Amino acid sequence: MSLLEFARGPALQWSITIFIVGVLWRLLGVFLLRSKKDLSEPRNRAAWKGLRLIGLRSWPRREFLEGTAFGEVMGYAFHVGFLVSLFFFTPHVLFFADVAKGLLGTDLTGLIGIGWPTLPNGIITFLSAVSIAALVAVLVHRIVSPVKRLISNFDDYFSWFVTVAPLATGMAAFAHLGGYPYERLLAFHLVSVELLLVWFPFGKLMHAFTIFAARGSTGMIFERRGASL
Amino acid sequence: MSFPTLGEALRSRGVSRRDFLQFCAATASALGLSTTLAPRIAAALEQARRPSVIWLPFQECTGCTESITRAHGATIESLIFETISLDYQHTLQAAAGDAAEQAREKAMKDNWGQYLLIVDGSIPTGNSGFSTIAGHDNLSMLKEAAAGAAAIIALGSCAAFGGIPAARPNPTGAVSVSEVVKDKPIINVPGCPPIPVVITGVLAQYLTFGKVPELDSLQRPKAFYGQTIHDRCYRRPFYERGQFADSFDDEGARLGWCLYKVGCKGPTTYNACATVKWNAGTSFPIEAGHGCIGCSQPGFWDQAGFYQPLSTANWGNARTVGTAIGVGAALGIASAALARKRQRAAEGN
Repeated sequence: MSLLEFARGPALQWSITIFIVGVLWRLLGVFLLRSKKDLSEPRNRAAWKGLRLIGLRSWPRREFLEGTAFGEVMGYAFHVGFLVSLFFFTPHVLFFADVAKGLLGTDLTGLIGIGWPTLPNGIITFLSAVSIAALVAVLVHRIVSPVKRLISNFDDYFSWFVTVAPLATGMAAFAHLGGYPYERLLAFHLVSVELLLVWFPFGKLMHAFTIFAARGSTGMIFERRGASL
Repeated sequence: MSFPTLGEALRSRGVSRRDFLQFCAATASALGLSTTLAPRIAAALEQARRPSVIWLPFQECTGCTESITRAHGATIESLIFETISLDYQHTLQAAAGDAAEQAREKAMKDNWGQYLLIVDGSIPTGNSGFSTIAGHDNLSMLKEAAAGAAAIIALGSCAAFGGIPAARPNPTGAVSVSEVVKDKPIINVPGCPPIPVVITGVLAQYLTFGKVPELDSLQRPKAFYGQTIHDRCYRRPFYERGQFADSFDDEGARLGWCLYKVGCKGPTTYNACATVKWNAGTSFPIEAGHGCIGCSQPGFWDQAGFYQPLSTANWGNARTVGTAIGVGAALGIASAALARKRQRAAEGN
């Protein structure tokens, strides 16, 4: 079995299985927890109004802008680059469409009524490069900044690695970098994605599923207690 | 018996000097050599005595033989092919039965250590009766012939990589030539079938320089298998722009857009189809509107469906995903139940 066959077959199946089990385990383990008892009279019973914290925390606050601007800009740059590359590169879309068809028994287009658009390779390449550059910048910033370095642990660095690896290997495969055979570079790309999937539920990358729920939940608690958002 | 040189043989068949030099220049170009080497190739080819060639067809469909002998008209390539001393090829030779086998044995004995061995078809390693020639099983015949060969050309994907006979479940235990022979130079010329000009190019190089061409990690001549179909495909710009045919009869297909979505395996297939083309340079499968099926790659028959996009890997199925969801949900509910119990206990204190 070649590396590509391994990466396209058993490694992919196992990594997807571990990803699903891990994500559901952690999500349900958190979502099914009980709310804490109120220790004082609630100030505002319309706690749902606190959901606006999801939007508020997604945008920099003016008073802290000087200190957070770098992280905000770089954070958005690599997230947007990563997500657009993931969801709008034609081979990726075909993969997702195949998975959807296998699970739902119908084409995505037939289900949602419109085709899943894809972007030209030039745009994907540009955004991937921006994403990698931003990820390198935040890593350097993490290492150079004494405070960030102090509060960083293995999870931070390894999560960074498994995030940047699929981008780097994907671009290398696309560009046939280093004169390596395309199928070997493609296998490296797939293996890096599989590493990401396996690590995802157990490290800080899980924030992708919990971040908005956490912000919403915090907002609702604050609202109920009458705290300013 | 004195064999004519290649030059004498070609002249006797009416090939002009100009045509011959043009062929040599084209061969130099195809091999990735400077065209200034064309006169050297011509001189070497003209003086070359016909090398003895023994061609052993094993588990094959005769497609490789058809490709080499009948794909073109009477071109110089085919004349060169005819001019080699093909001492044994049981599909093409007039002799049959014992006479054919005696011809093979005589050619091997007379040219021991010098003949070129061409093999098409895979070699069964299971029951020795799966494939036999004149009562000899393929495995022992290959070992015997390989022992006296100067070099071996594994022609077609079956000989090079096992091909269709070796596809799952591989009932005959089919293997490639390189899995049997370890001590001889082997040139893999895969394809189902391989391109005729590739085999004549390899022969021309061998006759000119007396050595095997530069090979890649899969022992294929780099001159012909150095780049992917995708890299040299005339539809590549459509891939870059994200313009794809979604089916074989939609607007994209009519406009000649990229066939990636309908299963083209060009990005992972190394061959010269897009440059050398087929049928005397007329076209190649993608030009005819069908995606590449990756026939010159190892295990091509087992690489998912021909019409499945390359990126639709073997991710599993609804059952495995459903099982994973069930296990994940059970773990989540159980861990939440434990946590709630601890919460209650903490609140009770």
